[in-house]
Amino acid sequence: MNELIDLLPKLWQATFETLYIVGLSLLFGGVGGLVLGLGLYVTRRGNLYQNRVVFGVLNVLVNVFRPIPFIIFLAAAQPLARAVLGVGIGNNAIIFTLSLAATFGVSRIVEQNLLTVQPGVIEAARSVGAGRLRIVSTIVVPEALGPLILGYTFIFVALVDMSAVAGYIGGGGLGNFAIQYGYRQFNPAVTWAAVLIIIIIVQLVQFLGNWLARKALRR
Amino acid sequence: MALISLTNVSKTYPPAERGGERVIAIDDVTLDIEKGDVYGIIGYSGAGKSTLVRLINALERTTSGAIRIDGRDMTALPERDVRRIRLGIGMIFQQFNLFNSKTVFNNIAYPLRVAGADKKTIASRVDELLSFVGLTDKARNYPEQLSGGQKQRVGIARALAASPSILLADEATSALDPETTSEVLALLKRVNTEFGITIVVITHEMDVIQTLATKVAVMDAGRIVERGDVFEVFSNPQQASSKRFVSTVVQGVPSRDEVLTLRQRHRGRIVTFSFRDGDVSQSVVFAELARANVGFEIVYGGINDIQGQVFGHLTLALSGAATNQEEALTNIRSHITVTEAGL
Ligand SMILES: Nc1ncnc2c1ncn2[C@@H]1O[C@H](COP(=O)(O)OP(=O)(O)OP(=O)(O)O)[C@@H](O)[C@H]1O
Ligand SMILES: [Mg+2]
Repeated sequence: MNELIDLLPKLWQATFETLYIVGLSLLFGGVGGLVLGLGLYVTRRGNLYQNRVVFGVLNVLVNVFRPIPFIIFLAAAQPLARAVLGVGIGNNAIIFTLSLAATFGVSRIVEQNLLTVQPGVIEAARSVGAGRLRIVSTIVVPEALGPLILGYTFIFVALVDMSAVAGYIGGGGLGNFAIQYGYRQFNPAVTWAAVLIIIIIVQLVQFLGNWLARKALRR
Repeated sequence: MALISLTNVSKTYPPAERGGERVIAIDDVTLDIEKGDVYGIIGYSGAGKSTLVRLINALERTTSGAIRIDGRDMTALPERDVRRIRLGIGMIFQQFNLFNSKTVFNNIAYPLRVAGADKKTIASRVDELLSFVGLTDKARNYPEQLSGGQKQRVGIARALAASPSILLADEATSALDPETTSEVLALLKRVNTEFGITIVVITHEMDVIQTLATKVAVMDAGRIVERGDVFEVFSNPQQASSKRFVSTVVQGVPSRDEVLTLRQRHRGRIVTFSFRDGDVSQSVVFAELARANVGFEIVYGGINDIQGQVFGHLTLALSGAATNQEEALTNIRSHITVTEAGL
């Protein structure tokens, strides 16, 4: 127990790092996934910008990268991280890799939620002379907002999970903290302290997500 | 020059599966709809009615032929220009298709925003429309808080927002109960009479045609098989397929099954007399039967009123000597249309 108290500053530091890693990854991956998901949605047959070639390419891309287990993805993407960021290790490298992985995951969630928008609603917007870009931004996305928020909440939780392996490439955060000071030092109290904080973060975010989604759906 | 003018319009869809047949949804249709008309389009499911109206506002592009709106050929225009013309063509739908993420106010404001109207104009126009459809108190509500009839009224207000000259209605009352249907129909009638908006209404409901339409076209397998004045088409359809369709919506003509049941109960000839306003009166027909000594029983019938003009059908089971029956029917045929049931 005393060790835990001594480690408290490090625990707060790790908590902050997890929030930093997950927050930025959600931002970049969320935007990337939104763009890719929108691309999949609009180019699909029968939709606003239907295009077999573009849809086919995007679809294969997502299908290839999405199922790769994250730990392998992390290792495989390291050279790319180094090429882009100049470093292959540390928090920024893991943010880069997490964002990339999240982009593929988020894109499917976005695509699936947008597909639930009734075609008739889009037709109604077309019938009053709205252009395609306007329809996507003012009709398609707002109509799917509730489930999209829940999808992003789900991704946040998944990112917290994935970020726990950050230590593997020299990143920080609660996962790394739990392994380094808890597991390796045979100190379960430290491990569980990290787990507890993760649970609290996840609960808070899930609560926030549910609340926002309910507001969007007005239920 | 007609407001909406279709010339040899066809629309085919690619086959659903590889090597399948192309679907000919619209087959060489030529149709003029004049300003101020309420033009009904009727026909069986799959006849091509929805496709036809979706061609009019270019939601669907033609395979061949020309569609002129106020003289401008939509089929020759790029999407940009088509969008501007669409602002002048409102559309309402069976499933209402309201934007669930927007309030009633913002649903109605949407076409105005598309048209680039400023805030003040939008606010006053939406207020105007809300009071026209009788939903002033619902401006801040969301669509899911409305009844079906209220939703369709919002749909109508949205369709009228940009002050179109044409309103397309695809089965606009089919999802509503009879009472709500009459409310919405009354509203559409006002749209036509107060604003002079030309309405194209697709329906399979007699009600809609009866209270609203001035002209009607019957579609079958992508073609318009018959068209004209509503009373003419309904009281005296010429083509086999329009006869068949009209008999399913008009009151008083026994269906095939009903004829079979009647046959079991009555051994003699069963004939249907069709009366129309302006024809001879029923008494003349009954007098003929009496004079030839033919007994009869009325076994089926109904009277229809289309905007004040009346027509009806009476089905009689005849009895008495065959020669007498033949004599009476020959005389009656010179006055009105007689159909032998089940033949
Ligand atoms: N997008 C499409 N792709 C392929 N075929 C289509 C498409 N839209 C319509 N069709 C076909 O065109 C024909 C006419 O369809 P349409 O929807 O116009 O009929 P309808 O008269 O409106 O029928 P209903 O009364 O059931 O609404 C049908 O055979 C239909 O299957
Ligand atoms: Mg239809």
